[in-house]
Amino acid sequence: MSDKNIGKPVPRKEGRAKVTGAARYVDDLDAPGMLYGVTVRSHVARGRIREIVFGEGIPWDEFTVVTARDIAGTNAVALILNDQPYLADRVVNHAEEPILLLAHEDKYLLEEARRAVRVDIEPLPAVFRLEDSLAVKEIIWGEDNVFKSYRVEKGDVDGVWDAPGLVVVEGEYATGAQEQLYVETNGVIATASAEDGVVVQGSMQCPYYVHKALLKLFDLPEDKVRVIQTETGGGFGGKEEYPSMIAGHAALLAWKSGRAVKMIYDRAEDMTATTKRHPSRTRHRTAVTRDGRLVGMEIDFAIDGGAYATLSSVVLSRGTIHAAGPYNCPNVRISSRAVATNAPPHGAFRGFGAPQSIFALERHLDKVAAAVGLAPEELRRRNFLRRGETTATGQVIGEEVDLGALLDRAFELSEYQAKRERFTRENVGSKIKRGIGFASFMHGAGFTGSGEKYLQSVVGCEATSEGRVRVLSASTEIGQGTNTIFAQIAADALGLDYERVEVVRPDTSQVPNSGPTVASRTCMIVGKLVESAALQLKQTLAGAGLLREAYTQDDFARACRVYIERNGALKSFSQYKQPEDIEWDDEHYRGDAYGAYAWAVYVAEVSVDTLTYEARVEDFVAVQEVGRVIHPVLAAGQIEGGVAQGIGWTLYESVVWADGRMANGQMTNYIIPTSADIPPIRVHFFENPYAGGPAGAKGIGELPMDGPAPAILNAIEQATGVSFNYVPLTPETIMEALERETVKAC
Amino acid sequence: MKETRTGTDETRRGADGTRRDNPVERPGADGARGQVCVRCTVNGEAVVLQAYPLARLLDVLRENLKLTGTKEGCGEGECGACSVILDGELVNSCLVPFVQVEGALIKTVEGVADGERLHAVQQALIECGGAQCGICTPGMVLAAVSLLERNPRPTEADIREGLAGNLCRCTGYMKIFGAVVRATEERMKMEG
Repeated sequence: MSDKNIGKPVPRKEGRAKVTGAARYVDDLDAPGMLYGVTVRSHVARGRIREIVFGEGIPWDEFTVVTARDIAGTNAVALILNDQPYLADRVVNHAEEPILLLAHEDKYLLEEARRAVRVDIEPLPAVFRLEDSLAVKEIIWGEDNVFKSYRVEKGDVDGVWDAPGLVVVEGEYATGAQEQLYVETNGVIATASAEDGVVVQGSMQCPYYVHKALLKLFDLPEDKVRVIQTETGGGFGGKEEYPSMIAGHAALLAWKSGRAVKMIYDRAEDMTATTKRHPSRTRHRTAVTRDGRLVGMEIDFAIDGGAYATLSSVVLSRGTIHAAGPYNCPNVRISSRAVATNAPPHGAFRGFGAPQSIFALERHLDKVAAAVGLAPEELRRRNFLRRGETTATGQVIGEEVDLGALLDRAFELSEYQAKRERFTRENVGSKIKRGIGFASFMHGAGFTGSGEKYLQSVVGCEATSEGRVRVLSASTEIGQGTNTIFAQIAADALGLDYERVEVVRPDTSQVPNSGPTVASRTCMIVGKLVESAALQLKQTLAGAGLLREAYTQDDFARACRVYIERNGALKSFSQYKQPEDIEWDDEHYRGDAYGAYAWAVYVAEVSVDTLTYEARVEDFVAVQEVGRVIHPVLAAGQIEGGVAQGIGWTLYESVVWADGRMANGQMTNYIIPTSADIPPIRVHFFENPYAGGPAGAKGIGELPMDGPAPAILNAIEQATGVSFNYVPLTPETIMEALERETVKAC
Repeated sequence: MKETRTGTDETRRGADGTRRDNPVERPGADGARGQVCVRCTVNGEAVVLQAYPLARLLDVLRENLKLTGTKEGCGEGECGACSVILDGELVNSCLVPFVQVEGALIKTVEGVADGERLHAVQQALIECGGAQCGICTPGMVLAAVSLLERNPRPTEADIREGLAGNLCRCTGYMKIFGAVVRATEERMKMEG
């Protein structure tokens, strides 16, 4: 193993193609004789389909029309519970539910046709609010609207509340939906026929999810479905599950028409019809000693899953496990539920439930600190998890972890103490109120619990006779840098130049299933498989007597050439094997929830203008420990991008709901941060190599989404003196609260 | 398929979430009635293009000229992914009617590099990590090139303002600012 590439800012593999406009995204591609496809959707949140009327003035005989009746296999998007239909048949459960598909070669006529289809739906009572679903005001899914519930128990929380000398603090916190808003909308091109099977290329995170879904939809054998990822313009979780839907739709149209079909959503359709971050509500009840030791935490966490189960059970799982944070508390109960509403299904979005529950906890702990008269940092210092202590699920922290050191560094970089004092002094009589706040948190890398064991991911490496190496994996490059870090890892494992390693475009006919590109698992879990597959290449050459322990790149190339002449090909595959010391009890939700955690302390400085009620983040410091940093520029880019999304979720990105439908599905009125809104984001890494990751790396991608919201609201509390417990926090909400305060003061 | 046809895709929703119906221009039986020819210069090359007068410049560039580096992000002039330089001004090509570009000089991302040699902005975006998923990058390249043409020594505030019409969801903008600073320095070095 060399150290030539890891830790160095090598150029991004596809960087040149991206800056010159040469990179081809799905909408940049055509197929011979291609049709365009569109989706006719429900306009009613819940109801029975009475009739579909094809309006006048459209040459319908020129169109390919697909309904649920055209589906040969199973009319359900294969995922976990398989309850979401590709096309609604008799009933609809959310506005925007797909009912009918149309294809035509003229995309403008196609749009007229879409508008000419009238679907007559008899409305049924619908549920739009999380609390209404929990209260079972109407049963809209299963027996009680509950997709999934968990209970985590540690110690004896019921025995805590009446113990003498404890302070009990309660609080309720909530978060809104958030749109991923990748700048490239969902899109695919499909071809399909009985002889050749189904081929879909498109924008996606998880080619093998799409592959599995198409197998079930068409009832085809594995080799008759091929899925190819095209260059993908961002995902953030939004292209984890949804591509299975649009790929199925395009493939159904292709199957029926016998032509290639391109489906590209426009921005409005992408925003209103596809998944968003789950809205949440968390209740905390905490018992703490007067000197600030956590004794009991009772947490009730609920998320709104929308109309179908999709990924809600796993989003809930991650949110549940992270709900008690990086603190050592002997008695913990976390009860959680994911429930149905008649909104389009909510789905994966960076952080996957953890930002929601961490927001609640980190807001709540400031409240707990105030209740016992401690500074927020002091309360946390007294309870930070240390090596040998246990998380809420009873996982013993085996690695060295020093959150206190992260906090010290974050405070030093942000000048936290000096600013906190100065703002308190200067805010008196000032029209601009300033504040500084922080959050400390952790994020588990990889699938939860036994997830990785069941995935059994595989990565391949192939050498060419020129001594170049190709990495074969289904893990997608969606901007985060998969191609680059995999090449660094393989190159260093083999002692090669970075340029000699190529990462093959994910194509299910070419690459093994290395699992989905989600859950901060690409670097730590899949990267480790890249490393071991690369090392196996070397072992194969050494075993054949072709490579000595010390070798040059020319020696390696020579050895590859001779081996390939003798044996035809030089390939190696590495499959995930769960380390034996990881134990997880899925029934009781106890044990080692994640192989490793990243740890962080984030500090936000804000200003609140008491004339416009606008809150701005003025400065941001992000300090984290993510194991070894593979690529300093890409890693910092992950943190900065995640923090920016976190700032958006906290202050700008408000999904306005009208009867279960997003009413502001446009970039004009759903506001994401621009270059003028983002403060300086200062990123600092502590490096503590983790033995289970490639060259010591852990996961990084989701972590930065967890910290900004609570840090910013904690800062706003200092600035305004008002405790806000909901994001997004818009100027309207700040205005109402501050005006109330003014009235009280009068 | 009629390769040269373009039009305005007016499928947008109002704030109330309902689709707003706008008339979509339909051709006559010959498939081209109502189209117009426009002469302009794209990336230094004189071209004659045929499309509907209100076709979006974005579609004409992508479909007639196959210059697919110009991306559609929102179709309503908010995101800047479709930015091009039109007669020296940075514009959203999704908002420019085709008929308006008669005689214009247009630069797309494909015309920024000098052959194989990247523009300082492109090189700096690669080195500084300013391109992640890459879908906003062509627009961002043109916004930065346009900024440096107008203001060869921008301050940080100038950079923030100059790029404020181009949304990026990946980077948090820090590395893009860094790239513009580096490109500025490189150009100053080259100019001595």
